Amino acid sequence: MSRSVEELTIGEILEKYPFASAYMEQHNLEVEGKEHLSLGEYLASFSEEEIEDRALDGPAVMLGLREYIARMLSFLGADEQKVRSLTILPGTNKSGEPEGFEEFTIRTGEIIAIVGPTGSGKSRLLGDIEWVAQRDTPTNRQILINGEKPDQKWRFSTSDKLVAQLSQNMNFVMDLTVEEFLHLHAESRMVENRKEVVGKIIACANDLAGEKFDLTTPITSLSGGQSRALMISDTAILSRSPIILIDEIENAGIDRKKALSFLLSQEKIVLMATHDPMLALLGHKRIVIRNGGIDKIIDTSEEERTMLGEIEKVDRKVQNLRASLRRGEILTKDSF
Amino acid sequence: MNLVTVSGPPSSGKTAVILKTIDSYKRQNINVGVIKFDCLHTDDDFLYERAGITVRKGLSGGLCPDHYFVSNIEEAFAWGQKEGFDILISESAGLCNRCSPYIKDVKAICVIDNLSGINTPKKIGPMLKSADIVVITKGDIVSQAEREVFASRVSTVNPRATVIHVNGLTGQGSFELSTLLYDRDLDTESLKGKELRFSMPAALCSYCLGEKRIGEQYQMGNVRKINLEEN
Repeated sequence: MSRSVEELTIGEILEKYPFASAYMEQHNLEVEGKEHLSLGEYLASFSEEEIEDRALDGPAVMLGLREYIARMLSFLGADEQKVRSLTILPGTNKSGEPEGFEEFTIRTGEIIAIVGPTGSGKSRLLGDIEWVAQRDTPTNRQILINGEKPDQKWRFSTSDKLVAQLSQNMNFVMDLTVEEFLHLHAESRMVENRKEVVGKIIACANDLAGEKFDLTTPITSLSGGQSRALMISDTAILSRSPIILIDEIENAGIDRKKALSFLLSQEKIVLMATHDPMLALLGHKRIVIRNGGIDKIIDTSEEERTMLGEIEKVDRKVQNLRASLRRGEILTKDSF
Repeated sequence: MNLVTVSGPPSSGKTAVILKTIDSYKRQNINVGVIKFDCLHTDDDFLYERAGITVRKGLSGGLCPDHYFVSNIEEAFAWGQKEGFDILISESAGLCNRCSPYIKDVKAICVIDNLSGINTPKKIGPMLKSADIVVITKGDIVSQAEREVFASRVSTVNPRATVIHVNGLTGQGSFELSTLLYDRDLDTESLKGKELRFSMPAALCSYCLGEKRIGEQYQMGNVRKINLEEN
């Protein structure tokens, strides 16, 4: 039986649980040189005044550390629960009428488009998936993972979220270079071979972006296309979330088709809220949302698939014109 | 009646989160009232009224907002009982990051936003560290990676809290939050004898009493000097 955190010295805690240093740091506890003390002894060494000034709550710091270690151990030790499929069982729309499908299963490697006017219930659908609804949300839907009633951990875990989101208005806000940023993210995900992972993310982002960038670029000065490329490649590689929701990808400075196939190669389920014909038809199926419920689910038809080829051609043409403009060229009718 | 205390830095989205959460209660015929505490000015009471929610506001003016909160919450609670609410939500801004209006055995929610920066969690004191639920807002405008890093920092600072993401614009996450706030079987009868989770910041010097002049001879009471010698 191992000794409890209360009995260990700070030095022993840090040796046994190296990640605990992040806890000490975030609580502004300067433990250097105090390794021989137990955390209780260290906390008791503060004067009344220091406790008041630091707003230090000793017992809470103690309990918090125990909880933190337990969480981190379960995060590190947990076999990543592979999500292979997601099943939606129908509920009702805003008027209480049953939704227009029987049972809908999405498997990893599939792209599903979500269409419908603003306010029709896309957020609620996503909310139901994220909350793994069990007929306990306003839509009365039920969500199954791998065909079974899922673990409740998906609801509250901060490290294992079911859905990662990439949306149109997202921006980087941190004052960091690409490299610092990726290391920070990798660190928070407890990744061990950080250098390698960071290299992989940047290589992949550059493959997706129209204009290349490097590790020393500040993330806030990336162009829209570069930002999106970095977000996609970072989410695909570092995020543990098995489902990715994309809320429109702007058609600028990024190879969207490549981006999608990259996400799929990482065994993700891709949900895409979009009215862009090229993206929507890349989906295997599309969910039509109306009045707060799923109205119907449409399989992408043969005809639509043929049209996709045409649309892609137009898309490529526009992309080429864009690239010419960037190079400072004059556009001619022939170039279209 | 249930009492819930919601707190968080200014402009973090407290009012938007509460409004969206109350939407869910309305559909379940749960009767909600709001008591809004602020410092100099607030128009949030109009926002609540427009949404058809019974609201009272209290402005602390020249007093420390959290001291003002704790001296008035008992009366506010009694008002809520008289109105017959199922749940009374108190909203107050943690202006100095040190304060927290949380009461033992009363659900405590801290609202912070993704835009405030990843070093913010460690700068906030008991308001974040002793909350039961931490609501993170504005997730729709920062990258997935920043959301993940921010949430992991919050969990490090307060590992015992439930962390939940709410979008104050679309309401995504607010239904889920509503299920965590209201407990049908809980009926707090009075706040008498209850205690704050953490002491309020001390403030008792001549400047608290209206002194305006600068200079050592005017400084009396609880005064402390900055150390400029070393870092």
